[in-house]
This record gives sequence, C-alpha cells and structure tokens, in this order.
Amino acid sequence: MSETLLRTEGLTVVFGGLVALSGLDLEIRRGEIVGLIGPNGAGKTTAFNAITGVVQPSSGRIFLGEEDITARPAPKIAAKGIARTFQQIRLYDDLTVIENVMVAGHSSVRYTFLEAVTGLGRFSADEKRISEYAEYLLELMGLSDVISAKASALPYGRQRKLEIARALALRPTVLLLDEPVAGMNPMETKGFADLLRRLHRELNLTIGLIDHDMGFVMNVCHKIKVIDHGVPIAWGTPNEIRTDQKVIAAYLGTAA
Amino acid sequence: MTRDRILTAAAVGILLAFLWFADRTFSAYSIRILNTIAIFSIVAVTYNLINGVTGQFSLGPNAFIAIGSYTSALLTLSPQEKAASFIIDPIVWPLSVISVSFPVSLIAAGVLAGLIAFLISVPVFRVRGDYLAIVTLGFGEVMQVITNNAVSITNGPLGLKGLYPHTTLWWSWGLCIFTIICTVRLVNSSYGRAMKAVREDETAAEAMGIDAFWTKTLAFTFSAFFAGVAGGLLAHLITTISPSLFTFFLTFNLLIIIVVGGLGSTTGALIGAVLFAWGGEALRVVEEPFTLFGYDLPGIPGMRMVIFSAILILTMIFARSGIMGRREFSWQAAIDLGSTLLQRIRRT
Ligand SMILES: Nc1ncnc2c1ncn2[C@@H]1O[C@H](COP(=O)(O)OP(=O)(O)O)[C@@H](O)[C@H]1O
Ligand SMILES: [Mg+2]
Repeated sequence: MSETLLRTEGLTVVFGGLVALSGLDLEIRRGEIVGLIGPNGAGKTTAFNAITGVVQPSSGRIFLGEEDITARPAPKIAAKGIARTFQQIRLYDDLTVIENVMVAGHSSVRYTFLEAVTGLGRFSADEKRISEYAEYLLELMGLSDVISAKASALPYGRQRKLEIARALALRPTVLLLDEPVAGMNPMETKGFADLLRRLHRELNLTIGLIDHDMGFVMNVCHKIKVIDHGVPIAWGTPNEIRTDQKVIAAYLGTAA
Repeated sequence: MTRDRILTAAAVGILLAFLWFADRTFSAYSIRILNTIAIFSIVAVTYNLINGVTGQFSLGPNAFIAIGSYTSALLTLSPQEKAASFIIDPIVWPLSVISVSFPVSLIAAGVLAGLIAFLISVPVFRVRGDYLAIVTLGFGEVMQVITNNAVSITNGPLGLKGLYPHTTLWWSWGLCIFTIICTVRLVNSSYGRAMKAVREDETAAEAMGIDAFWTKTLAFTFSAFFAGVAGGLLAHLITTISPSLFTFFLTFNLLIIIVVGGLGSTTGALIGAVLFAWGGEALRVVEEPFTLFGYDLPGIPGMRMVIFSAILILTMIFARSGIMGRREFSWQAAIDLGSTLLQRIRRT
C-alpha cells in the first residue's frame, strides 16, 4: 500500500473539564477514503477541528506526511493542503458563488499587493488562472448555472456542494468532509457517493469523512474509525466494522 | 469590457474638463467645496475598506487625518515660518530646519499614518475579537492630548497657521481619482476577496488559507495611508490647522458618510462623501438667523449636525443597508437603469 499521508498520535482535546476527544490515533494513507463515525457528541467534529487548527489540541501530535503540523495556525494548515467543509455550512453568504470558490485560491496567488493595486505584472494572468479553476470546479460540482448568484440564495443541498467546490479550490491533498450527506434523501446520497468517487479519482484526493448515514459510509470508505464519547473503539474495513461487537453495542445497536 | 474601459475613460475626461472649467470660472467658495468633496471622498472610500469591506470597526480616521495634516504641514512650512509661529515653545530640531515640497510632504503624511496603523494592528489583530473600535477610539483621544500638549512639535492649541494653499483642484481630484482606482482594484483582487471572506466568516476564511491577521492589517494600513494623504491635502486647503479640527466628531461624520452611502460599497462611500460635503454647505442656512412665518429665529450653531444625526438614525431604522447596500456602480447597471427610465418616460 501507499505511504501514510495524515496521521494523528494520541490526539486529545479537552474543553474546560470535558474531554471531547481522547487519544485518537488515526492513519490515513494516500488515496484512501476513511470514515470517522460515532454517536452524536462523540468528538468527530472536534477531531477535524484539531487537525485543521480550528481548536488547539490539549495533547497528541498531528503529522501531514513527515511534517509535524500540530497546533499550527489554521491558514498555514490549509495552505499545506488540508481542506475541509463544516458540519454547519459556513459559506461567505454575501459573496457570489464563484467568489466563494475564488477566495480559496488566495494562498496560491502569485501577484503581490502592489500588483493588485496597479493591475500590473502577474495580476491579470493569475486572476484568469484562479477564475478558470473556480469555473472548472463549479462545473464538476454541477453549479455552473449559479456562478454569479449569492451563496446565501442557494438551496441547502447546493450550498453543501459549493462548500466542497470551495475546499477543492485550495488544491488540497487531503479533503475532510463533515457530514456531507446530512439532510439528503437516498437518491441524492447515491448521486453524491458517485460524485465523491469521481472527485477522488480525478483530483487524486485523500478523503476523511464524517457521517451518520451508515449505508453511505460503508459504501464509499476503505477504512473506518469508530469513536464513542471521545474514545476510539474500533478501526477496520467496512466489513470488519459491521461485525465488531463493541461498535454494534455502542453505535449501530442504538442506531438500528 | 472594452466598452466599459472607454466609458470610464470618457467619464474621467468629462470630469477633468469640468475641473478645468471650474478652476477658471467658479468662485473661491465653490472651488473650496469641490476640494472638500474630493478630500472627504478619499477618506470615505478607504475608511469603507476597513469598516465595510473587511468588517473591522475602526473609529480611527480622525487620528490618521490629524497625523497626516500635522506631518504634511510641518514639512512644508519654511524654517522661518515655523520659528515665527512657535511662540510658546520653540520647535524641536530637526523639524525646525526641514522643509520639503508639497508632494513629498503628502507621501510622508501617508507613510507615517500607515506606519502607525501597522503598529496598532499588531497587538489588536493578533487576538480575535472586536478590540479595534476601542483601541482606535482611544488612539484618537491620545492624538488630541498629543496635539494639544506636545507644544514644541505641534504648537499646541494654537495650531499651525499660514500654510501655503497648495491644494488645488488638480491635486485633490487627481489624488481622489488615484485613490478610487487603487481601492477598486484592491477590492476586486484576491486580497479584496480575502478581506470580504474575513468579514463574512473569519473561521471559514482561515480554513481556506487566508491569514486573517495580515488581511486586516493590510486593509487598516491601506486606509490609514490614504487618510494621512487626505489630511495633508486638507491642511493645505484650509491653511490653518489646530487640534480641535480632528476630534472624534470628524470620525463621526465619516461614519455617517459610509453608513448612509452603504457600508461595504465603494460607490456608496463616494455618494455619501459628495452628499455630505455638498449638503453640509447647502444646510448652512439652518445655522444662520432666519425668518419663519414672520418670526425672527436666531441661528442655532450645530443644527446641521442634528440634521445629519437624524439622517443617520433614520437610515439605521428604515434603510439599514444605506443608499447602495453593498452594490457597486457598473456601466451595465447604469445603462439598464437609463433604458428603463427612458421606456417609462415614453409610455407616459
Ligand atoms: N468549542 C467547544 N467548546 C466546548 N465544548 C465543545 C466545543 N466543541 C465541541 N464541544 C463538545 O465536545 C463534544 C464533542 O463534540 P463534537 O466533536 O461536535 O461531536 P460530534 O461531531 O462527534 O457530534 C460535545 O460534548 C460538544 O458539546
Ligand atoms: Mg459533528
């Protein structure tokens, strides 16, 4: 198999007295789709937040490839290639759809502030590059028809897709999706699974995803990590997870 | 897009022709109003960049205009003039001997204001939260204290007098157009998108690789630079400056301008500045004694501010997004609006 791309060692996050995440060891290899599941409040989102620098881990380490990225500032981590979406959609509501996507091109901008103000140098060529890539991603996500609509004007499902397009504009190596199919009906979920596989293939992505839709998670993920009350309880292929007694007790049992 | 370029060039040409005409035929009073409009526009457009575009509530423009005014004035006055006006305390060296040209003094005014804004940014933007308003408000008061008490630099409450009226229509409007071009370009670049993203959702902006600290610092420093330049222009327009010109009241006026114009819209800031500078003069009548229904009413100083404040309050209540909202002028929109109006007129 290929090398490990994203790895956490004993990742722990404590909020006040509450241990939201305790000793998470996670290993995602290049090109894998890995699921992170567990009941509500298990600490899944907190794990993503710690990896992307949104919250500070209390202990433990995070590695991207060989590099230790523990507690680096969020924009640095994003620029290094970890992009994410949010469980509660967080778009730039008042900007247009394409502007939302182009924002994520900022860390790759080649022109300086002075070139921007004067419109000279690399400005035009680079703006063209950023807007063309944004258009390509919007087409990939099926949003070409709403390019200049305000993000806030889109229906919920399309906002989710826009969030993914925006994350992709970072040209990430790792994409973290927090409940991407929440609120979708089975038809939409199936369509989304196909889309995700296509993105995975065409953009050479490594994906980590959180979701409660077991069918979807079992269907698209190569490996699954299960956590409960902040504590990791299982790790394996979908088939192994399906038959794991601890998982059934903690999670699938209550969900089924 | 070529069409828009041509139309913009034509509009600038018409403006220049108008200025040329105004310069030759208008009264000194009218020319002064035109200069004031340009200077307020420079500050409003860049103040909107930090408050409206980047969403960081600054209350600092009065301080930065003061820094620019004093810097520029102290640099253009000749050593003899300075020696003559500093009667309480002699002016410190090297200010006592320096004298530079007007354009150089304007650059120095902008650079010093920008530098100080940058220094303020570091502690304020390092932490998250709305500390900018408090810190800039305090800084404005500190500037008041300094300009009143650092007598050997600022000449205290007496201020600086007898500046050469360098600020012609060409200087004020030339720099106004320059400022607008720079600001519009900045807003429409990746740096501007980053500013808007920070305004909309700072966490989501950072998750997309945007360094919120640098983005806010850039916007704040940029706006202070131009406030400083505008201060230099103002000093050499009115030729006498003193601390009382740069109280919080000045910032309050600018706040009215950008809120009524539409917070976040460069076009709105411009419209606000024009309405304010022109309206401020037109409303002078309410402060003079006048006769109403046969009663002689005395002039009420400050009445204009009451009216402006009322306009601000009404805007906040009934039209929160101001005249433009966050929309911008575009030639297409102007043409569309024109043709709709034409059709309406034809139909009636
Ligand atoms: N910023 C925060 N401050 C305090 N407590 C938090 C914060 N974020 C999450 N928590 C708490 O941490 C626990 C795990 O939350 P979360 O990671 O969102 O769970 P999940 O995504 O698995 O549903 C919950 O009890 C939640 O209330
Ligand atoms: Mg969650």
